[in-house]
Amino acid sequence: MSKVTLTIDGIQITVPKGATVLEAAEQAGIFIPTFCHDPQLSKPGACRICVVEIPGARNLPASCVTEATEGMVVNTASPAVIEARKTNLELLLANHPTDCLTCEKSGDCRLQEYAYFYGVKQGAFKGEKHNYPIEDDNPFIVRDMNKCILCGKCIRMCEEVQGNDVINFAYRGFNSIVTPAMGAHYADTEISNCVFCGGCVSVCPVGALSEKGMIGKGRRWEVKKVTTTCPYCGVGCQFDLNVKNGKVIGVTSTDGEVNGRALCVKGRFGYGFIHHPDRLTTPLIKKDGKFVEATWDEAVDLIVKKIGSIKEKCGPDALGLLSSARVTNEENYLMNKLARAVIGTNNIDHCARLCHAPTVAGMATAYGSGAMTNSFAEIPGADFILISGTNTTDTHPVAGAMIKQAARNGSTLVVVDPRKTELAKLAKYHLQIKSGTDIALFNGLANVIIAEGLCDKEFVNNRTEDFEAFKATVAKYTPEYVEGITGIRAETIREVALGYAKAKNASIFFTMGITQHICGTHNVFSIANLCMLCGQIGKESSGVNPLRGQNNVQGSCDMGALPVVYTGYQSITVEENRKKFAAAWNVQELPAKIGLTVGELLGECGKSIKGMYIMGENPVISDPDANQVMHELKKLDFLVVQDIFLTETAQFADVVLPGASFAEKDGTFTNTERHVQLVRKAIEPIGNSKPDWEIICMVATAMGYPMSYGSAAEIMDEVASLTPSYAGISFARLEKGSLQWPCLSADHPGTKFLHSGKFARGLGKFHAVEHIPPDELPDNEYPFILSTGRRRYHYHTGTMTQRTGALEVFYPTEYLEVSCPDAEKLGVCDGDRVRVASRRGQVEVAVKITDTVVPGLVFTSFQYPDVPINRLTNPARDPISKIPDLKVCAVKIDKVG
Amino acid sequence: MTVEKNSQRILSYTRDVMAGYPREQRFTLAMLQDIQKKYKYIPRESLEQLSDHLGVPLSKLYSIATFYKALSLQPKGDHVIRVCDGTACHIRSSMVIVDELAKILMIKPGETTSDGKFSLETVNCLGSCAMAPAMVIDETYYGKVTPSRTREILNEYGGVDCE
Repeated sequence: MSKVTLTIDGIQITVPKGATVLEAAEQAGIFIPTFCHDPQLSKPGACRICVVEIPGARNLPASCVTEATEGMVVNTASPAVIEARKTNLELLLANHPTDCLTCEKSGDCRLQEYAYFYGVKQGAFKGEKHNYPIEDDNPFIVRDMNKCILCGKCIRMCEEVQGNDVINFAYRGFNSIVTPAMGAHYADTEISNCVFCGGCVSVCPVGALSEKGMIGKGRRWEVKKVTTTCPYCGVGCQFDLNVKNGKVIGVTSTDGEVNGRALCVKGRFGYGFIHHPDRLTTPLIKKDGKFVEATWDEAVDLIVKKIGSIKEKCGPDALGLLSSARVTNEENYLMNKLARAVIGTNNIDHCARLCHAPTVAGMATAYGSGAMTNSFAEIPGADFILISGTNTTDTHPVAGAMIKQAARNGSTLVVVDPRKTELAKLAKYHLQIKSGTDIALFNGLANVIIAEGLCDKEFVNNRTEDFEAFKATVAKYTPEYVEGITGIRAETIREVALGYAKAKNASIFFTMGITQHICGTHNVFSIANLCMLCGQIGKESSGVNPLRGQNNVQGSCDMGALPVVYTGYQSITVEENRKKFAAAWNVQELPAKIGLTVGELLGECGKSIKGMYIMGENPVISDPDANQVMHELKKLDFLVVQDIFLTETAQFADVVLPGASFAEKDGTFTNTERHVQLVRKAIEPIGNSKPDWEIICMVATAMGYPMSYGSAAEIMDEVASLTPSYAGISFARLEKGSLQWPCLSADHPGTKFLHSGKFARGLGKFHAVEHIPPDELPDNEYPFILSTGRRRYHYHTGTMTQRTGALEVFYPTEYLEVSCPDAEKLGVCDGDRVRVASRRGQVEVAVKITDTVVPGLVFTSFQYPDVPINRLTNPARDPISKIPDLKVCAVKIDKVG
Repeated sequence: MTVEKNSQRILSYTRDVMAGYPREQRFTLAMLQDIQKKYKYIPRESLEQLSDHLGVPLSKLYSIATFYKALSLQPKGDHVIRVCDGTACHIRSSMVIVDELAKILMIKPGETTSDGKFSLETVNCLGSCAMAPAMVIDETYYGKVTPSRTREILNEYGGVDCE
């Protein structure tokens, strides 16, 4: 790259050609003030506070948009420059409230900072002042447009990063104001399109935009910022917890490795659960049907006694453990150790079973690894993006925004979804398939690609096996045949197939819409086949990307919280592995019998399973056929639940142990793209609660297996010593930046994308799979298909998001999405309550009429304990991965009253 | 006419306007002007329809529609009076004309008479400085206007009913 050398304030500096004067000055360590400039956003060069003097220039150019040239001489502090900047500040202050005494941004306000720096007091200009009402009718953001300096950074953040275009300048001159369309408020989301990601707040240089929850809670200089990883979805955003006097008072953006400054409403505004009064602060023991407070010793003694007696009477396999995708890697690792080395059973599983078990099973069989093949950073490089069964902008909002940006920048976006999601509206093709017909569609795409001779023969010949059987199977899936099954026009199927095959780099993203079916694993196979057929895998920006739902669901799988594998997917059925772990864990031998999955464990309650230890899971709400789950839990002789709240599941426990939240402990989370990132302790555990890893150590030690670690870092060292894919990972390295596994040694840089040159299993394996209809289809008695999913404002079973003081205020109740024709047929209007019933149970819920769903399909989330929709869902399971069919069940709907 | 029918009519007219241009964002302003001309304002329905059609965010259309004085989001009277208050007209006492009109019509600049007949506005320059002070009603220009002539001119448009 060619360079230029220029002189700024007498300092010679060499920068790449194309750099601006501002960038050059920053490199030289010379201060230039800015208001409207932001390195990550486009450059309007509007505010003119960054002007500099360049001899020969016609005026004082704005340094943020002036390109540095060879031999250029720049003066950033000449009298003319200082005078211009002072005038600029005086003009801004002429119409700016000087209520710094009470302004939330005091100490973090550029206007205040520069006025101080240049000694500008108010008063040079007198004139009209704005008197806009303050907008505070939403629980997240307060807008005081009297303080706005019209830098426009919020507008560009919203447009360029979040892709929502909520706000823009309106009117002219003195009356210019930043506003949503029609002068609406953010809270009028139908008009404003606002999703409360708070990106605008994160870039506001003055007090015009503030986080509502932080107002009056602490001055910026009193606050300690602790960079940590978000406890919500699997994207793995990083942010700063703002801590004052041992209390988390808010969340602000940091420059996260995965997310930059972007966050979603949950990450930025969903921290209120940390200090919620419902937090468990002491162990509880159930006596005569009521919980009474207990000491840690009493609780642990009881656990040891009960678990010991079950183990003695019925053997270790009479016990089952549920680990958690919410807690750290270190804690999952210890849970795995507790199950296998201390108790002696492989009966350990967690809720990955309910989301991506088919992904892990399918992709591991086809490629040798079940993880996302690429990174989010590679999204911009994909010219063709296929989204299947993921409402990404709701479930993984920051990743959704990245996909939106790619689509805006010209990538072809194809969305396969029975619902018209936000991304579907942006897509070039929205394939609104009938629920449960994914295999037919993907086989159909493959059929066209083979028929048109577009398959990547070299890739198929050199890097895969079993192609012929696959080819024979898809032969019958002609576009016309597939049209009959999926309802998608044959012509569209052809166009999408050609687009995918001809793309330079094609990425596929999917989530539960693919996996939560009785044919979940086969669905994953059908996607895996398509990638191999076109060689769209094993290179940058091309591959298969299952978006994991929870903060550490990737990590909990990696850590062996599964019935058949140790850490790093080392199978328990291989004797060598059992010996290796037995030696490391200092036990004679480890059990070889494959353990039970979540569903099987619950199904065996009271039969072969007598006792359970559940950490950070809420199966009563999250699992299908919830009535049955409650019924089963009651049959247990002994149940321990370890959680931060007294969840619906904890109500059934004999002993409840109070865990510490993510803000109260050190550890690591592994995000969906295999990034291992640090979780840093910001505050002390609430009350008498303890980090989960310390609790597990206590229990194990009390059971006669001494387990103690000085820190979470020591646990990770043990993981690294036993796990090839984590071998090079240590807290010391993570302090410097996250690492993506596989990271094979202390000097290995980590792996951005998988299967480069060779699949993890050697050859990629084609699987010939046939379309099978869902287990339960609508009939006369139950004429609708019910599908379930998630909402942007809530997370999993709502234990955290229902207790934030913000999210549940804004989105307080759940509703059932019903199409307009169906609503007419049922005689219901928006807000009417209906009874939705399946063959297994019923719930009452309010109706929302929408064009998001097609006639015959209704949709709701499982996130509201008030609307326990999983009482209705079908526990029929995928025979391979054991995932229940949560996406399709037949229901009937009646108006209530 | 019912609200629903009126709304249908607006949507159908907006469709016609959109059909008259290539579906490209650079024709946004031209389309807005056509709609403004037809209705003397831009109905919300049209703005939303245009947003969908051109892929221009509603917030951006709102920005354009509020920036240009020639565009309005509020319904206007049957006749729109624009009094020039540019430099030349201002020197020649254009504000006296505005005051006189305001007195006769009993509205302030930016408002519409209660019978919906007249809207009064000031603009920054009509480009007719030679005939200052100038004003334009709908598309007819009036030069060298004096306070006493204003009532006369209004009478051409049926005058003012209530006084």
